[in-house]
Amino acid sequence: MSNKTEIRYLSPVDIEKRKQSKYCRFKKMGIQYIDYKDPDFLMRFLNEQGKILPRRITGNSMKFQRRLAISVKRARQLALLPFVGDNLK
Amino acid sequence: MNNYETVFIMNPVLSDEQVRETVKKFIDHLKDKKAKISHEENWGLKKLKYVIQKKKTGFYYLLEFQAEGSVINNFEIEFQRDERVIRWQTVKLDKYAMEYADRRRKKLNEKSKSE
Repeated sequence: MSNKTEIRYLSPVDIEKRKQSKYCRFKKMGIQYIDYKDPDFLMRFLNEQGKILPRRITGNSMKFQRRLAISVKRARQLALLPFVGDNLK
Repeated sequence: MNNYETVFIMNPVLSDEQVRETVKKFIDHLKDKKAKISHEENWGLKKLKYVIQKKKTGFYYLLEFQAEGSVINNFEIEFQRDERVIRWQTVKLDKYAMEYADRRRKKLNEKSKSE
């Protein structure tokens, strides 16, 4: 019995796929002001029901996530974005 | 003199003449408060994303102006008193917002010239 026992894995080892590092698109593109008047741009940060996506999904930095939330709420006030939408996408 | 930007929605049942007259009334109100209107945009009749006062559409109008801080208070009261306007929002513009507004205005001017 070779003392070096062969290591048998119970489950196939999934090679850790390179986790695509999230980046804050506002910092990358140098956007300083998030306009509340064009809903198409804001729509990208909402899910199907019209809720604001959390930072861990969009990868925004805290500063721009706050500005984004303010402009989304302003757009909702002006009926450019729905408060609760269905199948927005 | 701060920079402000107001977007307001007017009742869709109004005729074009009444819409112009409403807008003129607010602009005159601002003018005699010594405010300087730097930009106006008429977005026309747009579909609202949710029902406001049992209406599905509304005339949107954007007003960009410079005014004293004290002017805004009674400007808002003016909106409340006028029942033709169903929703309004005044926003103070900081320097980034002003840059964005200038860029947007240039783009609009070029677009209108090229048409």
